[in-house]
Amino acid sequence: MLTPEQIDARLERLLLKVQKPGRYVGGELNIVVKDWSQYTTKVALLFPDIYDIGVSNVGLKILYDQINQREDALAERAYAPWLDMEAIMRSSGIPLYSLESHHPLAEFDILAFTLPYETLYTNMLNMLDLTGIPVRARERGATDPLIIAGGHACFNPEPMHAFVDAFAIGEGEEIIHDILNCYQSWKKGGGSRPELLRSLAGISGLYVPSLYEARYLEDGTVASVNALVPEAPRIILKRMVAKLPPPPTRFIVPNIETVHNRVSVEVMRGCTRGCRFCQAGMITRPVRERSVAEVVAAAEEAVRNTGFEELALLSLSSSDYSDILELVTTIGENFGGRHLSISLPSLRIESVSVELMDKLRDRRSFGFTLAPEAATERMRRIINKFIPDDQLLETTREIYRRGWPTIKLYFMIGHPSETLEDVQAIADLCKRVLAEGRKVLGGKAKLHAGVSTFIPKPHTPFQWVAVDTPEQIRAKQSLLMHELRDGSIKLSWTQPEDTLLEAWLSRGDRRLAEVVYTAWKNGSKFDAWQDQRRYEIWLNAFAENGLDPAFYTHRPRRMDEIFPWDHISDAVHKKFLFNDFRQSLEGQIRIDCREQCFACGILPIFANDRRANPGTYWKCPEVKSPVTRKREAVPAA
Amino acid sequence: MRLRITFSKSGALRYTGHLDLHKIWERTVRRADLPLVYSQGFHPQPKMQLASALPLGFLGRAEVMDIWLDVQPGNPPLQYKNLLQQAAPPGLTILEVEEVDTRLPALQTQVDSADYEVVLLDPVDRQALSQSLSALLNTACLERQRRGKTYDLRPLIESLSLLPEDASGAQRIAMRLSAREGATGRPEEVLGALGIPFESTRIERTRLILKSELK
Repeated sequence: MLTPEQIDARLERLLLKVQKPGRYVGGELNIVVKDWSQYTTKVALLFPDIYDIGVSNVGLKILYDQINQREDALAERAYAPWLDMEAIMRSSGIPLYSLESHHPLAEFDILAFTLPYETLYTNMLNMLDLTGIPVRARERGATDPLIIAGGHACFNPEPMHAFVDAFAIGEGEEIIHDILNCYQSWKKGGGSRPELLRSLAGISGLYVPSLYEARYLEDGTVASVNALVPEAPRIILKRMVAKLPPPPTRFIVPNIETVHNRVSVEVMRGCTRGCRFCQAGMITRPVRERSVAEVVAAAEEAVRNTGFEELALLSLSSSDYSDILELVTTIGENFGGRHLSISLPSLRIESVSVELMDKLRDRRSFGFTLAPEAATERMRRIINKFIPDDQLLETTREIYRRGWPTIKLYFMIGHPSETLEDVQAIADLCKRVLAEGRKVLGGKAKLHAGVSTFIPKPHTPFQWVAVDTPEQIRAKQSLLMHELRDGSIKLSWTQPEDTLLEAWLSRGDRRLAEVVYTAWKNGSKFDAWQDQRRYEIWLNAFAENGLDPAFYTHRPRRMDEIFPWDHISDAVHKKFLFNDFRQSLEGQIRIDCREQCFACGILPIFANDRRANPGTYWKCPEVKSPVTRKREAVPAA
Repeated sequence: MRLRITFSKSGALRYTGHLDLHKIWERTVRRADLPLVYSQGFHPQPKMQLASALPLGFLGRAEVMDIWLDVQPGNPPLQYKNLLQQAAPPGLTILEVEEVDTRLPALQTQVDSADYEVVLLDPVDRQALSQSLSALLNTACLERQRRGKTYDLRPLIESLSLLPEDASGAQRIAMRLSAREGATGRPEEVLGALGIPFESTRIERTRLILKSELK
């Protein structure tokens, strides 16, 4: 295996031949470089896309800090090399190496991938291949690093089961220590790799796929996913951190231009709105907020440590944060006059008050983005995101009036029972919004309509629904293109091929692992990049493996169907989701569960955590009396 | 107040370009909690002037930059040097900080020439190399093309010589090239004229010579 010095010598000859060589050198401000010979457990944190996209990832930053704060472990980073660098690495025999110390990744004990979305799967396989270790878990030996993965896509881990040794389901701050402690005991005890896996299976929230098998019915749907050993639990319940620890503040400052080159402070986790299409809102429950004081202190420290000129306050629904006005006011007072722009994404239309807009206006904020998603009352009830037209128009009028020339509106097509009339309504609404804008700003008013295509994701009330066919999608997109041909309206949409790829990968079962492998072997990578994604390779991969892609997308699910992801639990009962789905068919909305608890499953399952952590920062009702029956770790499927 | 900063750019910063270096400096000054002067207008820019763009891949031993701070003149520059060094990222070393007259012309117009040191990473016969250098210096005219225009490289080469081998035995060449506007010599072109491929070299700009120093 090459030493870091040998890698550096080769890199010196080659780096000036590739685009943005700064992606591959490391040496940034705020990295942690520990003495390689001194630390027992070496973890590499990997984002399966290029540096420009991965370096600002907050989830990996949290893990980087957690691991490096330990005396007995170190964490370094690596990202996917771009095509030009990959070609050079392969032809010059340079294995994938870490940025901090330039050690080959194969020398690490644990490789931890984050998988925030499914179109990164082939990149993960490619990165494994570039490390020189076998891509398939069953081909790896005792001296190969342990491969773990986490992130939202892992709530349906089955398509990647053949390549990952253990999936961490849910939040990472605490489970990472459980994994490291377990690994270290195992290492000290000198056991075999199978013994390590069985030991890991005992960690709450960790799914070890090799310890399970999937059985199928005649019709191709899942019959069951069974544990093969007693250590492996029947259901894997996600990890949830009851009280959010202090957020990271010592962000790595890249030396080159990257995406989201800014301070990001997570103001809260989870969402109480219950929009039926939204997976993130379901799997990150319950809502836990940080205090204004904590957010502001973290922002202050982070700006001091980095010198970044942008501050982003992150959550799934920023304006739902209890003290949003106080937060924005305090941020404004503390950072005013410092040439810092504040970005507050994910604002909900109903809670965007005139006051809030006034506070943001002076902060050099970015273009205002709102997400109505649907444009008819019928569709809004079905998806449970009910914002009446007049509220949207009033809000957008006020936004234009306060001097934001561009408003971005997000819509989604492909929802269940949607017709072309519903799509027409999207176009009509856009035109009305722009017309209001023109009244105040004349020709300066602009509208950007971002129309994505709905995918019924696992763990949502819509998981029983079929995806629109490409023909249906194209018909709807053509209608919008035709209707929105105004110079001041910019329309963007998702290619049906990208929608289908994400749909296959997010709804797939174990058999999809071979499709992913075949696609990667035949050249698929950077699938999230529109100009890199090769649809034909994926279709061929399905055909080569005797599978019909339509089985995973256009087939409506049986009421009692077992889903490939049912053994992974986000603590929201499947019964709850199904009831919500039935309600959607009747056009019934469900209000914000901050107002009224609908017993989704979080509270009974995490009752003890809730009782131990009282207070209004956690938006579920309080749990006063002890839970007398045995803690319900297994939600009713 | 106008501060002239002499600094070196090394390590990982070798692989950052001119525009990125600007940003790195902006953030460094911000972390040092020093008030940069910003331009007016819709998109305010900090007032900073780098003497001469250093191409991506080059090391810089003594680069020069002027920044404007919104402070009273007369404060000891050493204080600024320490604050900036503490805030600087790895690879950026502050060598000197001095106060200069705000009325001086833009720094970019003040550069006369630049010194470079080139390390040849592949083994090369020293005698042969010496002969190539002499041959080049004896050539009357070196016609080259840049952006569709023809120009003569030879007068842009003010000096060219062999240096002692470095610790690993690699040959080194020193050159002083003109860096005036419209008449800037590039080390890659000199290396090209010597038949040395750019990929097998490590180039460091060791010094910028300002017009004021020539008097």
